[in-house]
Amino acid sequence: MHEFPVTEQIIKIAAEQAEKNNALKVTQINLVVGESSGFIGESIQMYFDIISEGTICKGAILKMENVKTKWKCPACDILYSRQPLSFACPNCGMDGLPTEIGREFYVQSIEIET
Amino acid sequence: MADKEIDVIQNIYDENDKIALETKDNMGKRGVFVVNVMGAPGAGKTSSIISLIKGLADEKVYVIEGDIESDIDTVKLKELGIETIQINTNGACHLDAPTIKKSLTDLSLDKPGILFIENIGNLVCPAEFQIGEHIKMLICSAAEGSDKPYKYPLAFEKADIILLTKGDLKSFVDFDDEFFLKGIRALNKTVPVFEVNAKIGQGFEAAVAWISTRKNSAIK
Ligand SMILES: Nc1nc2c(ncn2[C@@H]2O[C@H](COP(=O)(O)OP(=O)(O)O)[C@@H](O)[C@H]2O)c(=O)[nH]1
Ligand SMILES: [Mg+2]
Ligand SMILES: [Zn+2]
Repeated sequence: MHEFPVTEQIIKIAAEQAEKNNALKVTQINLVVGESSGFIGESIQMYFDIISEGTICKGAILKMENVKTKWKCPACDILYSRQPLSFACPNCGMDGLPTEIGREFYVQSIEIET
Repeated sequence: MADKEIDVIQNIYDENDKIALETKDNMGKRGVFVVNVMGAPGAGKTSSIISLIKGLADEKVYVIEGDIESDIDTVKLKELGIETIQINTNGACHLDAPTIKKSLTDLSLDKPGILFIENIGNLVCPAEFQIGEHIKMLICSAAEGSDKPYKYPLAFEKADIILLTKGDLKSFVDFDDEFFLKGIRALNKTVPVFEVNAKIGQGFEAAVAWISTRKNSAIK
């Protein structure tokens, strides 16, 4: 359910760009999806196939680049993936800080036929 | 017929966030302070809203019920004389800004005051979608266990105020205060955490005072 309005938005963004560039057709949409963004690739694809019907994006391939969530230790200045039930830095044991890495959710580029 | 790649780099949340900011501005101009109430199903969202409203006796209060279980909550609120509307979210897992913008036309909003929006019972998606709020209030019950910040970090990071409900049940569930707070502080250095019993409306004074202060600084 979650993915429905989001997929509409993806198609809208891609269609706008396609029109601006006088495309006949969008062949691929390249998304960047962070691990913590809460979005499920298969689910987006399923809605995409339905919603893109009758739009310039129909039949396009959705390509998703996944990004792993990273935490940052302010003491050691390193990025790391955390262990379950802990935010501790693997190097010094101190709790690190959340970062934006892993929260990405954007349209990187589109591939079109002109 | 040529294949071309066009750089876009456009955030998929942009449109939602734009509408959310418009709503926040519009509500602010009317003198209405908007609180996005998030939490797991059964955490005590409705009970907490009711207890807070009793403490905010001088304020005109509006409620939007977005939780889907049934309209029991809406009926309860209306019986207390609170202007409440229920929105049908059709199985969605969070509220979004367009949905709220649309439903606001069903509220009178005739006086300045506070609007509580009870989000859908879920700790994942609501944290990602702004809906037009001035603050996010996270309702977390002791019964859910002290590991919640570690399992749903975004909700705790984004919260402006946290109510820990069902404090009366702590001893039954081996709630570890230190572990809970350590997790919250790793994510959010400043958020206040108020322990309450939302069933009997105990411990809300400090939360009421905090909300009033925030309202007065947000709305001039
Ligand atoms: N013991 C106890 N029960 C509570 C407390 N807060 C809420 N409840 C009960 O938990 C149940 C769910 O509360 P409700 O406010 O409807 O949760 P919501 O689904 O988050 O809106 C109700 O039966 C409440 O009476 C509390 O602080 N202590
Ligand atoms: Mg409720
Ligand atoms: Zn470290």
